[in-house]
Amino acid sequence: MGAEGERVNDLIADFEKENPNVSVTVQQVPWSAAQEKLVTAFASDMLPDLFQIGNTWIPQFAFLNAVQKLDAYIDSSRVVNKENYFEGIWNTNVIDSSVFGVPWYVDTRVLFYRSDVLSKAGYNSPPKTWDELFAAAKKIKSILNDEKKYPIYLPTTDWTPYVIFALQNGAELLKENNCYGNFSSQKFKEALLYLTEYHKEKLSPVGVSQVANVYQAFKDKYISMYISGPWDVAEFKKRMGDSLSGVWNVAPLPSRKGNYPGVSLAGGSSLVINKNSENKKAAWKLIEFLSRKKSQLKFFKLLNDLPAVKEVWNDPALINDKYTQAFYEQFKNVIATPKIPEWERIVYSELRQYVEYVVMERMTADDAMKALDKAVDDILAKRRQILDEK
Amino acid sequence: MNNKIKTLGLNLLLLAIAIVTLAPFVWMVSASFMPNGEAFVFPPKFLPDTFSLTQYEKLFTRINIGRFFLNSFILSVSVTFISLFFNSMAGFVFAKYKFAGKDKLFKLLLSSMIIPAQVTMLPLFLMLKEMGFINTYLAIIIPGMANIFGIFLIKQYAESIPDSLIEAAKIDGASDFQIYYKIFLPVIKPILVTLALFTFMGTWNDFIWPLIALSDQSMFTLPVALANLMGEHSQDPELMMAGSTLTILPIIIVFLVLQKQYIKGIMLGSVKE
Amino acid sequence: MIDASNKYGITKAVALFLSPALSAIFIFFFLPVFAALAMSFTDFGLYSLADWRYTRFVGFDNYVKLFNDPLFWQALKNTFYFVLVAGPLSVAVSLFAAISLNSKFAKFKSFFRLAFFLPVVTTLVAVAIVFRFVYHPHFGLLNYLLGFFGISPIDWLGDPDWAMPAIILMAVWKNFGYNMIIFTAGLQNIPSQLYEAAEIEGANAWRKFYQITLPLLTPTTLFIGVITLIGFFQLFAEPYIMTQGGPLNSTLSIVQYMYREGFRWWNMGYSAALAFVLFAVIFLGTLIQLKLKGKDE
Repeated sequence: MGAEGERVNDLIADFEKENPNVSVTVQQVPWSAAQEKLVTAFASDMLPDLFQIGNTWIPQFAFLNAVQKLDAYIDSSRVVNKENYFEGIWNTNVIDSSVFGVPWYVDTRVLFYRSDVLSKAGYNSPPKTWDELFAAAKKIKSILNDEKKYPIYLPTTDWTPYVIFALQNGAELLKENNCYGNFSSQKFKEALLYLTEYHKEKLSPVGVSQVANVYQAFKDKYISMYISGPWDVAEFKKRMGDSLSGVWNVAPLPSRKGNYPGVSLAGGSSLVINKNSENKKAAWKLIEFLSRKKSQLKFFKLLNDLPAVKEVWNDPALINDKYTQAFYEQFKNVIATPKIPEWERIVYSELRQYVEYVVMERMTADDAMKALDKAVDDILAKRRQILDEK
Repeated sequence: MNNKIKTLGLNLLLLAIAIVTLAPFVWMVSASFMPNGEAFVFPPKFLPDTFSLTQYEKLFTRINIGRFFLNSFILSVSVTFISLFFNSMAGFVFAKYKFAGKDKLFKLLLSSMIIPAQVTMLPLFLMLKEMGFINTYLAIIIPGMANIFGIFLIKQYAESIPDSLIEAAKIDGASDFQIYYKIFLPVIKPILVTLALFTFMGTWNDFIWPLIALSDQSMFTLPVALANLMGEHSQDPELMMAGSTLTILPIIIVFLVLQKQYIKGIMLGSVKE
Repeated sequence: MIDASNKYGITKAVALFLSPALSAIFIFFFLPVFAALAMSFTDFGLYSLADWRYTRFVGFDNYVKLFNDPLFWQALKNTFYFVLVAGPLSVAVSLFAAISLNSKFAKFKSFFRLAFFLPVVTTLVAVAIVFRFVYHPHFGLLNYLLGFFGISPIDWLGDPDWAMPAIILMAVWKNFGYNMIIFTAGLQNIPSQLYEAAEIEGANAWRKFYQITLPLLTPTTLFIGVITLIGFFQLFAEPYIMTQGGPLNSTLSIVQYMYREGFRWWNMGYSAALAFVLFAVIFLGTLIQLKLKGKDE
């Protein structure tokens, strides 16, 4: 998908050389529509033998019976072994104690920040708690002394900060075996109110279209902090140029209080095998090939995709990269989102929408979260019905 | 004197409207020749500082826009030819033959033009999926094989050519197919050109159905590819403008060459039913 | 006219001519319409893609759910807002452009006609992308130009009150040229003697417009009204590209909601119900227009 789809060919050539009887054709799907396109492909029996999916989609594809259980393959494999992977990430591939995917590369959200702006505000290291983050934002706003500059960017199009901060606050997102929404819980609302306080105090821009280009905005100090993933490290490197390379950095996320770093999301991509494939053996071979230390390292160098295999992180190329190290710290505390097929829909179409209502002050947090729970309960009705029948 | 003022005023007004309609295109083309970052400045630039082909280079090498171009072209041409053939046969019969139930049938067709295509899309998707056509060219070609508007347009035009031409051929012993092929098609050529233009542009510009029916990137048409590109490159106006320019350019060229037929077609299609 | 009727009602040869187009239309248009109707009474969804047996008939449940769904009402309201403002506005602009171009004082007619018409033929997706940048609050062309008139920057696509007007403006810009051509055809059918006679009686331009042009254009206006209505109710690509239906769902259209429910979340039963509501709305809209104009005449 996306850039991976473009560059994986470099690796495939090596694989084909090693396995002359296997030939691999790569099909590309754009990231922005990958999930719906893959379901379309599934619906029309056109899924490739082996494919990459975001690990939050695994529950959906497992439920659709589209992907192969891999336990037997893993048991007899000398390359793929649970111990080699970050625990939080591996777990996203496990559904009802069966493994459906092998992590390919990993990602999580961290804090991107302008170190020069933070140190001017008196912070020589990035904020480690919620209170510190808020205080830092206030301080930055006062030293920038510009109505039109914002310390942090928390767009409503991105649901992840809202879920992450809720998880940090110990919120349970769904309840009763993931059959009902639990967004109106006290803990979720606290986190939501904490974040919307940034918008209220003009510490974060409200409209999405205000920031057309995050990199440009970072350059102009239009924003000084931003929560994002490893793909933006590559983009920042490219777009900030050498002159600004010293002033931006990344750090693990702050926590509710103490125990730094705070929890973040276990993200990334996994490789899965089409259940109806006729070439499962060859597909598994390719998974093993892509899981080798050498391939993983090569992929990191090509695209800055963070390797899923922990051993690779001992390589100097990663150890000497300060950005990568910050992610390494963060991976020690990551957690998966609820593993149900409806999750994508809950966050993309419902959560985002109601957060936007709160941020734009069209609804109170109480009303919005109550409405959100109702919408989520509706979405989960079919799940309840099917579970009841079982 | 009065007339001079009127002439000046009216033409200035027309000029103002023309500027409004053309300015976005001018900016689009101009921004497409800017290097990264130059189109997102204040005040906006109308001309690139340095003329650059970077964006086009990137489109052809990294993004493989040639492939999307080809898809769009193949689909538009196939749909145009097939539908022209099918529609003209049906239009021929509706215009030049008498048979039982003809008027009722035609009325049924005409009145169903108010059914929005979106109604059909969900079952159509499942049907084509069962046939194994989703994500192939056929997924686009099949639903476009015939359309009611095309039949209507041909019938409308053909009714203006004298029946005697066709009746004479019939008396001379020509078969129905000979009449269609040797007499009917040559006479309605102008409307065929117009309809071809409509269909070609319609298929080229279509968005929602290709968006639904094509899943693999290598099958995308230009508009679908462009919309996806926007998802990943909303930060790069220069690149997006180059993509938009390439998408629009062929259509504009075709239109400029054949504008008379196009405009005639619109007028004919609008004759009160 | 050749008689092709026989005891079966139609000769074989003629039936053969008709069959390709008609069978394509029946199989790939009429059949899906009925299938969609049937689908709207089921809960066909993501789970059904895994296994057909998860699908069941639910009667009117989808429609009941629809009428209790605030997002549906929002989408319906947005679509009406768009149609009722952009529709008349684009008809008015095109009539104005057609009359101006038809005037004996206008010069460079073919250039102007071409310039006005160009947006019509261009690809909507590409144009929507261009406008997304034109509407940018800081760097966009539009705010820059408005700045000369002392208007402070508007967050066109980011402000829930401005997003729909922005989409309307673009739709009028894109579409008025088409109707302009049809009006031009209508205007040319009005005998010039009528105007000459009116001038002799000393009628001013406004009276000529009101008493001659407008009444004689009624059939044309009716036609334009109907096709504009049908087209505008199908609003999709503009919000899909420019706003994704936001902010605060202020630009979410019925078709977009239908697409999202059906092809993003695979809630196909519910989506089919939405499609039928759209059909009903268009049907009623057309009917009302025909009735209104019928009374006029």
